[in-house]
Amino acid sequence: MILPLELVRVAYRDIIKPLSISIDAGPTSIILGANGAGKSVLMRLMHGLLPPTGGEVFWRERDSRRARRLQAMVFQRPVMLRRSALANVEYALALAGIPKPDREGLALKALDEVGLQRVALRPARVLSGGEQQRLALARAWALHPEVLFLDEPTASLDPKATREIELIIRAFDAGGTKIVMATHNLAQARRLGDEVIYLHQGRVLERAATDRFFSQPASAEAAAFIKGELPWV
Amino acid sequence: MGLIFRAVLLAALSLSVQAQDRFITVASTTSTEQSGLFKHLLPIFEKKTGIKVHVVAVGTGQALDIGRRGDADVVFVHAKTLEEKFLAEGHGVKRFDVMYNDFVLIGPKSDPARVVGMQDVAQAFRMIKAAHAPFVSRADKSGTYFAELELWQAAGIDIAKDKGPWYRETGQGMGPALNTAAAMNAYVLSDRGTWLSFKNRADLDIVVQGDKRLFNQYGVMLVNPAKHPDVKADLGQAFVDWVISRDGQQAIAAYKINGQQLFFPNAAQ
Amino acid sequence: MESIGTAMSTALALIAGADPTLAGIVGLSLGVSLSAVTLATLFGLPLGAAVAVGRFPGRDASMVLLNALMGLPPVVVGLAIYLLLSRAGPLGSLGLLFTPSAMIMAQTVLILPIVAALSRQAVEDAWREYEEQLRSLGAGGFRAALTVLWDIRFSLVTIVLAGLGRAVAEVGAVIIVGGNIDGVTRVMTTAIALETSKGDLPLALGLGIVLIGIVIALNAAAYLVKEAAQRRYG
Repeated sequence: MILPLELVRVAYRDIIKPLSISIDAGPTSIILGANGAGKSVLMRLMHGLLPPTGGEVFWRERDSRRARRLQAMVFQRPVMLRRSALANVEYALALAGIPKPDREGLALKALDEVGLQRVALRPARVLSGGEQQRLALARAWALHPEVLFLDEPTASLDPKATREIELIIRAFDAGGTKIVMATHNLAQARRLGDEVIYLHQGRVLERAATDRFFSQPASAEAAAFIKGELPWV
Repeated sequence: MGLIFRAVLLAALSLSVQAQDRFITVASTTSTEQSGLFKHLLPIFEKKTGIKVHVVAVGTGQALDIGRRGDADVVFVHAKTLEEKFLAEGHGVKRFDVMYNDFVLIGPKSDPARVVGMQDVAQAFRMIKAAHAPFVSRADKSGTYFAELELWQAAGIDIAKDKGPWYRETGQGMGPALNTAAAMNAYVLSDRGTWLSFKNRADLDIVVQGDKRLFNQYGVMLVNPAKHPDVKADLGQAFVDWVISRDGQQAIAAYKINGQQLFFPNAAQ
Repeated sequence: MESIGTAMSTALALIAGADPTLAGIVGLSLGVSLSAVTLATLFGLPLGAAVAVGRFPGRDASMVLLNALMGLPPVVVGLAIYLLLSRAGPLGSLGLLFTPSAMIMAQTVLILPIVAALSRQAVEDAWREYEEQLRSLGAGGFRAALTVLWDIRFSLVTIVLAGLGRAVAEVGAVIIVGGNIDGVTRVMTTAIALETSKGDLPLALGLGIVLIGIVIALNAAAYLVKEAAQRRYG
């Protein structure tokens, strides 16, 4: 178990003001906020892609390699190697130390989970945006992560593709993976989130169960955001 | 991809094998090489001794400079004064006369200076200057250029002071200078060899020849191993010895262009 | 003056008849330039990749320097190598002056900055795209760098072809360090210079046609490589 994740007075330049937060196993956490609020930076601080300029990030698992191994992240724009869809998943498995004979089978299973088995041998980069994002999820799924970070995974996708992605995220959740997702899409937050962590100009202004957050936001900024009036920073 | 790799390997190997051959580097002049003499002479030498000769052909001044740096084993040029200076500086072991060829004065068929058929080349030069007829000078540090300067001197003309727009200093080798002269319909001093091989003659032809002052003496020197220890003294000396030997001298005489002998061997017996 | 037409047809006859002098000169050109490009890639590619990915003091200066060195005049490189290899110079005892090895050295020095600077750009662009995802997947620095290099291999091939084109077409460096020795260090460009100066056009034209043909072929190859890569891998 690598969770819980503890951020202790973590700051990043002037984008994230010193904040302390704890992420536990279980509920799907939505990091909600306007563009420029610092959601992407916060995600990267959590996942370890950015070193904090202040404070510290602790996982329960002290070995950072093991901790990294049990996390995965899906970015807004999927990054695929110039190989087949299958090979991209196999690459991730290779990095995780899965022995070669096992990789193909596991990769095919992962593609199957997201419905991409028929394009397994197609070059990943010729797939559509939605398919590539599904592939990114398949790649993450193959590693059976404990925590899945998603940074605005459907911001570049059309509604149909968005739905497909959300279904897969729900499947992850059902399978026991902790979901931490950043989005500025209110409806999506409502659909997927169990709790909302509301970020405004680098500060966590609120943290509450989804229903409570949307019906009774505690801060004026959150209320304005929900009403869709918050200007894009 | 594999094909390219194999080609590179083969090239590298063959290039390194070349480095193992017995060879010497001879610094000579462009006009000598372009006369075709070396293509005729060197295979004979190689067959006899197994020594390959690599000729670096540049202007006389540069050839002697190459010798001064010890980058050549033998120097084979045609500018006696400069060669003796080279010797005096200690860069050469000994100078031997090898052969001579001659210069010819080339000019346009229209002959504005009225020098066709003259026997006295210095007089011809005086008349060219008097007529302000276009004259192309190599103006590089070559043997031909120094010969031209000596002829102006023999004509009593201080060309550095008295040159005018009719005197075109090109800084080029013999071939390009002839090309320029053909394009400008100008007079130009050339070695006979380059002229015989020159194809772009346009309206040019020989106007003066045979004056003794037009004779061009070639000398050969081994670069001094005492001053330049990396010089291949034995192999270089073998070349020097052969070129002044009866065999070498006969080979030189045997070289002809269009049935005409180009170089006249005159090594001391 | 012999008409260009006659010279052209003689030139084509030389090419068609695989004239041995012509073949020898072309072969040497390719041998020298291929060797130089191989060496330049061997050292230049990792150098470019390292500067692209590394974070070290003077990184910006290195980038500017590499870009500037792309414009090294061949004749200056030739002079520098000549002074190094001359028997009067520091490396004189190697006896490399006026040999093909000297020409390979000079061309390697000429091409290396090109390969390094261009691959730095390619790697940097790709790194920007891939870095986060690769680190997220757990690829350590070296592993990630290799993955990126393999992924942009077609761009890298294009860079190598560009370097080869530049090497094969230059004359300034090889004529100084090689001495244009008949049968030993005479390559296409130096032979063209020589034959033109002799006023002997057919061989010069023949070589010119072959040289242009090679340059066109290299560019076509680069284009085809990019096209094939695009089609196969997207």
